[in-house]
Amino acid sequence: MHTSQIIVELTVLVLAIFVGFEVISKVPTMLHTPLMSGTNAIHGIVLVGAIVVAGLPHQSTWIRIVALAAVALGTMNVVGGFVVTDRMLGMFRRRAPVRDSGPVKGVRGNREVSPTNPEVPDEPE
Amino acid sequence: MSRSDAIGLAYLVTIIAFILALRFLSSPTTAPLGNRIGALGMAIAIGATFAQAGLHNYWSILIVMLVSAPIGAYAARAVKMTAMPQMVALFNGVGGGAAALVALSDFHQVAPEPGRIKADVGISIMLSALIGSVSFAGSLVAFGKLQELISGRPIVYPGQKLVNGALLTALLVLAIVVLAGQQRQTLVIALLCGALLFGVLFVLPIGGADMPVVISLLNAFTGLAAAATGFVLHNNVLIVSGMLVGASGTLLTMLMGRAMNRSLANVLFGAFGQVVAGTAGAAAGVDGASVRSATAEDVAVMLAYAKKVVVVPGYGLAVAQAQHDVRTLADLLEQRGVEVTYAIHPVAGRMPGHMNVLLAEANVPYPQLKEMDEANPEFPRTDVALVIGANDVVNPDARSNAGSPIYGMPILNVDESKQVVVLKRSMNPGFAGIDNPLFLNPRTVMLFGDAKDSVEKLIGSVKNV
Repeated sequence: MHTSQIIVELTVLVLAIFVGFEVISKVPTMLHTPLMSGTNAIHGIVLVGAIVVAGLPHQSTWIRIVALAAVALGTMNVVGGFVVTDRMLGMFRRRAPVRDSGPVKGVRGNREVSPTNPEVPDEPE
Repeated sequence: MSRSDAIGLAYLVTIIAFILALRFLSSPTTAPLGNRIGALGMAIAIGATFAQAGLHNYWSILIVMLVSAPIGAYAARAVKMTAMPQMVALFNGVGGGAAALVALSDFHQVAPEPGRIKADVGISIMLSALIGSVSFAGSLVAFGKLQELISGRPIVYPGQKLVNGALLTALLVLAIVVLAGQQRQTLVIALLCGALLFGVLFVLPIGGADMPVVISLLNAFTGLAAAATGFVLHNNVLIVSGMLVGASGTLLTMLMGRAMNRSLANVLFGAFGQVVAGTAGAAAGVDGASVRSATAEDVAVMLAYAKKVVVVPGYGLAVAQAQHDVRTLADLLEQRGVEVTYAIHPVAGRMPGHMNVLLAEANVPYPQLKEMDEANPEFPRTDVALVIGANDVVNPDARSNAGSPIYGMPILNVDESKQVVVLKRSMNPGFAGIDNPLFLNPRTVMLFGDAKDSVEKLIGSVKNV
């Protein structure tokens, strides 16, 4: 018996839903905004679909424009989503910076491993 | 191994990277690495797609990408943290729009003649076009409301639900007609336009206070649209990624609903903030209690001699951009030996977790940020609860007044602390338009004024204590 493609795809879909709920229910409330912008970046994967469609041969001009517009939107979605998430996550620090430098954007590297919590590794910079 | 198998394996690596990215979000220490793993996964997927056999128009695709990437990067760098909800709404819309456009151009490819399109692909194209367009238009309206380009108040008119219901039915009928063999490009374009209109009409009646729910929901929509595109193109990475996003958006929507004690239907169709305005006033001032107002000096003394202060930030704090001043005040108090923490309600701010980001930006260390369940047992041992720009999330009516529109909503029990200081612009009711008996509590004092001004005055006064 050969399983048809749609059944395989539905199986993948259902498994993805369960994995998604499992993984995301472990994200603390504190990180829900980065979670949203991070998943925002991930749904930018539609860019892959846009590239495939824009790369098909024998297109009429206007369909080609539509597909390239999708590529443009997808690219902005991907790049913007990951960059903004990175910027946000860089702000979460376990301890206050030693010297208060005020609201400087993109200051990083002040995260330290707490002596009370040595098992939590720091992010490699 | 064939080239398509190699590409399939690359996509599998991407799927693993995305799941790891979400997995690493369980702690602020691992989250930045997770996000980079996710970005790497995305790069692998894009590279693999370019390696696909038979791909045409390399250069035009590449040029479009090279031009639009800096636009996305610039927007992401320039956006203020207070504007993050708008930003997320915009990216949601952009993603949904991309999905709808992919559906439109793919329809053109697979359906050159009537009767050739397969049912599963056809249904997926219709779903991707519909959900993508609704998400695109809905997100833009949400963006407009949050950016205050259009009124944040619910926009309602008689027969609204009927119109929306009729439009949705018409769209579904249109989709079925296309699937039944009327595969004309014009019908698909009509479907897209109708779905755009529906997206606008569907978000317009939803008030500004309910935006956290709407953004989460639209997030889920865009994920579903991406997954539907995956069925069109028989691409697993799209299906899995889309469903991960769909699961995330659904979960957050449910959490937000629970934090406001309201069903999704009530949020979407209730036009909250309009309906309840008439019932307000019932609970206020019946026992002749009055509001006590204090000066910054009084409050500074209270704070300076307290052992434990809990700051309860609300959206008013973000609007006034006072988070950096609050941090300065907290530093001053900590130097005097006062223990300062922050109690954050799940719907504080305008999207899930927004307040945490704003405080993190102001260099507040994240171990000081307490979630509701963690914060509530602390209030009886708290000397001063400092409520800044929050209203409904500290309203005791939610606990005790069965007649209140927010009855049953979980709140921060600030009224259990020894003293409560409320920083508020005026006695105007909050987003939901409901009176707050906390302000009449004998243990409560009010400090009226703009949140930023008030906190600056407190800083000055605490220095002089």
